[in-house]
Amino acid sequence: QYVPVRGDHVIGIVTAKAGDVFKLDVGGSELASLSYLAFEGATKRNRPNVQVGDLIYGRFLVANKDMEPEMVCIDGSGRSSGMGVIGQDGFLFKVSLGLIRKLLAPKCEIIQELSQLYPFELVLGMNGRIWVKAKTVQQTLIIVNILEACEHMTAEQRKQVLGKFSGN
Amino acid sequence: LSFQFMQRGLDSQTKKQLEEEEKKIISEEHWYLDLPDLREKESFIIEERSFMPCEDLLYGRMSFKGFNPEVEKLMIQMNSQGKEEEIEVDDKMEADVSDEEMARRQYETLVGTIGKKFLRKRDQRVLQDEDEDGNTNTRPSKKAKKKFLKPQD
Repeated sequence: QYVPVRGDHVIGIVTAKAGDVFKLDVGGSELASLSYLAFEGATKRNRPNVQVGDLIYGRFLVANKDMEPEMVCIDGSGRSSGMGVIGQDGFLFKVSLGLIRKLLAPKCEIIQELSQLYPFELVLGMNGRIWVKAKTVQQTLIIVNILEACEHMTAEQRKQVLGKFSGN
Repeated sequence: LSFQFMQRGLDSQTKKQLEEEEKKIISEEHWYLDLPDLREKESFIIEERSFMPCEDLLYGRMSFKGFNPEVEKLMIQMNSQGKEEEIEVDDKMEADVSDEEMARRQYETLVGTIGKKFLRKRDQRVLQDEDEDGNTNTRPSKKAKKKFLKPQD
């Protein structure tokens, strides 16, 4: 179970739009709120294009046990720096929090080995959610399966599996 | 309610006495914790709830083999932000002119400009000539007056 922490970057799913605020499911005990002004270049007239069901990569501005968590898609200096709505296509799945920490470690072998396979894009949320997008559906699913299975495989087994795919 | 100590007629001394007594009565009615003063212990423990600084985690968005060039640019930017901070601390920009030198220069020029203001006209002209002498080697003693030049056909 994920506990929202201030400053953490997470992937949220938009579940509702309540006037000026979006409600996001971040995998915690409560829904997080996200104001439509918390995007780069957003003004009252220039609203961001966010629909229910969209994926958002953002960070927590407020996250304590007394208040509802609040997210923003903007950094300290007002730039988006990669945050915001995550594009079309791709695949979202959940893994354990420990695996996320392992994957985000500075020299993660899994990520290095995967990056040799084929071009793809990856977004890792600290709340245990990963979004993957590759050129074909098959490639995407291969990456998803490898990441999910990584937790239980040893390094050798992993290299075996990747060896099979690097030929393709 | 009229407290006795609020009466104007009384002496200041009796006022004070009465004030103290009545304060006691009032304060006894207020509830207070009868605990010994607990000193706030200086805790050496700082609570850090996020994992990011503990393990020096990378930025969450990644792209490989040029799938999303913007994200790849971001990756380089974000992941070198941590290292940049270290470099900044190590070398400071060495100023071309030291602070003292700078202050001295400023002061001298300032004295010069304000001093000029109070010069008499003759002295001002002398100053001007001196400046111009510095620029050109040979020049006539009198400045050539600017005349109207006829436009040539």
